Amino acid sequence: MNYTQKAFLAAAAIAAPAGAMAQEAASLDQKVNEAFASATGPFVNLIFAPFPGTTFPWIVMWLVVGASIFTLYFGFVQFRYFGHAIKLVKGDYADPNDAGEVSHFQALTTALSGTVGLGNIAGVAVAVGIGGPGATFWMILAGLLGMASKFTECTLAVKYRNEYPDGTVSGGPMYYMKKGFAELGLPGGGFLAIMFSIFCILGALGGGNMFQANQAHAQIAGIVGDYPGWITGLVFAGVVFAVIIGGIKSIANVTEKVVPFMGILYVGASLIIILMNYDQIGAAFGAIFAGAFTGLGVAGGLVGALIQGFKRAAFSNEAGVGSAAIAHAAVRTKEPITEGFVSLLEPLIDTVVICTMTALVITISGQLIVNPETGLFVLNEAGTAIATVGDTSGVALTSAAFGSAISWFPYVLAIAVVLFAFSTMISWSYYGLKAWTYLFGEGKTSELIFKVIFCVFIVIGAAANLGPVIDFSDAAIFSMAVVNIFALYFLMKLVRRELNSYTGRLKSGEIQAYAH
Amino acid sequence: MTTKLVVGLDGHASGERALAHASRLAELIGDCELVVTYVVEWSPFSFQTAEENEQRHKRREEEIETALERVVNPAVKKVTDAGLKARGVVRHGDVADTLIAISKDENAEQIVVARTSEGGFAQRLFGSSTSNLVMSSTVPVTVVS
Repeated sequence: MNYTQKAFLAAAAIAAPAGAMAQEAASLDQKVNEAFASATGPFVNLIFAPFPGTTFPWIVMWLVVGASIFTLYFGFVQFRYFGHAIKLVKGDYADPNDAGEVSHFQALTTALSGTVGLGNIAGVAVAVGIGGPGATFWMILAGLLGMASKFTECTLAVKYRNEYPDGTVSGGPMYYMKKGFAELGLPGGGFLAIMFSIFCILGALGGGNMFQANQAHAQIAGIVGDYPGWITGLVFAGVVFAVIIGGIKSIANVTEKVVPFMGILYVGASLIIILMNYDQIGAAFGAIFAGAFTGLGVAGGLVGALIQGFKRAAFSNEAGVGSAAIAHAAVRTKEPITEGFVSLLEPLIDTVVICTMTALVITISGQLIVNPETGLFVLNEAGTAIATVGDTSGVALTSAAFGSAISWFPYVLAIAVVLFAFSTMISWSYYGLKAWTYLFGEGKTSELIFKVIFCVFIVIGAAANLGPVIDFSDAAIFSMAVVNIFALYFLMKLVRRELNSYTGRLKSGEIQAYAH
Repeated sequence: MTTKLVVGLDGHASGERALAHASRLAELIGDCELVVTYVVEWSPFSFQTAEENEQRHKRREEEIETALERVVNPAVKKVTDAGLKARGVVRHGDVADTLIAISKDENAEQIVVARTSEGGFAQRLFGSSTSNLVMSSTVPVTVVS
C-alpha cells in the first residue's frame, strides 16, 4: 500500500461520520491529541503565556518591545527614509547595468505573498470583533513599529547571505546569526542558528502549512457545505506536490502573479465600499481613535482593544519572526541596507493599509451591533466579543461585512482565501526548506525528504483538527521570533554601521539616482 | 571620429536583415563601428517566486551566455570577417528603452532594427518594441522590412 492509499484510509477513518471504525479512530485521535498535548503543552503554554494578572501574551510584548527598541535605536528610520524606500522600489537607484537581477520590487512582492493572507482577512475580524474599532489603532501602531524590525532583519539577511559559485543565493536569520556573531567575536551564533532553523521547520509544517490547509478547508466548506477535510487536503497536497516536487513552476508562477492581483482586488473592493459610505468615514476613524483610548462597550475594555490590536498585527506581518528575511535575502544589490529600507514597506502594506481597510469595512458595514440608546457596542451572551448580525466572527464576519455591500463578494473572498492559503504554503515550504538545508545540507535527497514531509502535513492539517499540533506549530513560529529578536539585539550595531555609511554617502551625493 | 551604429538583433532572420543593412551602411561610412546588441526582455516589476529569485543570478548569467553564443558572437564574427569593426552587447530590460539607452551611452548616430513578425492580439495589447523605439528614440532609427 503506497502513501496515498494509506493517507486516504487514514483520512477516511477520521472523516467517517459514524460507526465503530469512526469511534475507534476518534478515540485514537483523542489519544494522539492527549499524548501530544501533554508532551508539548508546557512549551506552548510558555510561548503564549500571559503576563500575570492580564491576558496579554508575553510573546506579543516581546515583538512590540523589540520593534520599539529598533525604532528608537535607528532614529525612526521607517519615517525618515520612507520616501527613499519608495524610490528604491521604483528602481530609481537600480544600476541599469545590473538589470536582469532580482529587483527590490520583486523581493518585496515575493515576501508579501507570504505575509498577506488569512491574518489580513480573518485576524482583523477577530481583533475588531473582540476589541472593537479601537483595536485598529493599536494594530496600526504595531504595524508602524514592526517596520523597524523588518528593516533590521532584512538588512542583515542580505549582508550575511551565502552566495554560491553557481550564482544561487541562500540567506536568512540562520546565516546572519552564525556569521554576524562570529564577526563580533560573540559565542552562540551557531547554536541560535540551529534553534531558529528547528523552530522554522516546525513553524513551516504547522502555521505555514497545516493551519493554512485547515482554514482553507473551513472556508470552502462554509461555501459549498460540509464535506471531509481529507479531500481538500489531498487536492492541496497534489497541487503543492506538483509545484515543489514535480517542478511544475507554472502553478507557482500563476499563484505568485494572481496573489498580488487578489490583494489589489481586495483593497479595491474595500475602497469602493468605504467610498460608497463616505459619510461614515469620519465617524469610523472617530470610533477607531476613541475606542483606542476608552475601550467602552467592548470585551476587555481598553486593554482588550490594545491586546487584540497588537496581537493581530504581530500575527499578520510577521515582523521580527525572521521568515520574510529569507525571501528578501535573494535581492541583488551592492548595498544590503537598501533592502532594509524596502522591506520596511511590508508591515505598512500588510498591516497599516490592508488590515486597516478590513477594519474600516467591518466598522462601516454595521455588522457590529450597537445599542441605539447608549451608542455602545452590545456584547454577546458570553461577554467575550461584540455581538454581530448573524452571530458571525473571524473570516465569516469579514465575509458578511463585504457581502452587505457587494452581494457576490463573499465568493471572491473565498477564492482569495484559498489562493492566499496556497501562496502562504508555497512561501513557507521555501522558508522551511532553507532551514532544513541549513541543518542537513544542500542536496537533492535531503530536499526531497523535507518536501515529501511538507506535502504529508497538508493532508493531516486539512483532514484532522489536531488542535495541540497546530498550537505547537504556531508556538514554533513565535519561538522563531524569540531567537531572532534576541540575536537582532546583538547584531543591530552592524545595521547601524551600514545605515550611517549609506546615509552619509547618500547625503554627500556619492550615491545618486540613475536618470530614467 | 568613429561613427557608431547600434544594431538590434532578435535571434531571428529579421535580425540578420538588420545586420546586413547596417553592414552596408558601415561600408559606405568607412570609419564605423557596429554595436551589435541583443536585449533579453525583462521587467523588474514582474512577480516571481522565492525560488526563482534565488536562481535569478544564475539564470541571468546563463541567458547572457546563451545570447552571446547563439546570436551576438556569430553576428560580430560575420561582420569582423568582412573587415568591419564590431562589438557585442547583451542587456536585460525593455527592448526599446534599452536600445535607446545604449545609443545614448555609445553616442551612436543611428539605431538599425528590423520589423518583427509579431502581430495580432499580443501586439495590440502590449504594442510593438519597434514602434515604441521609433516613437521614443533620440537618434534616427532605421527599420528594415
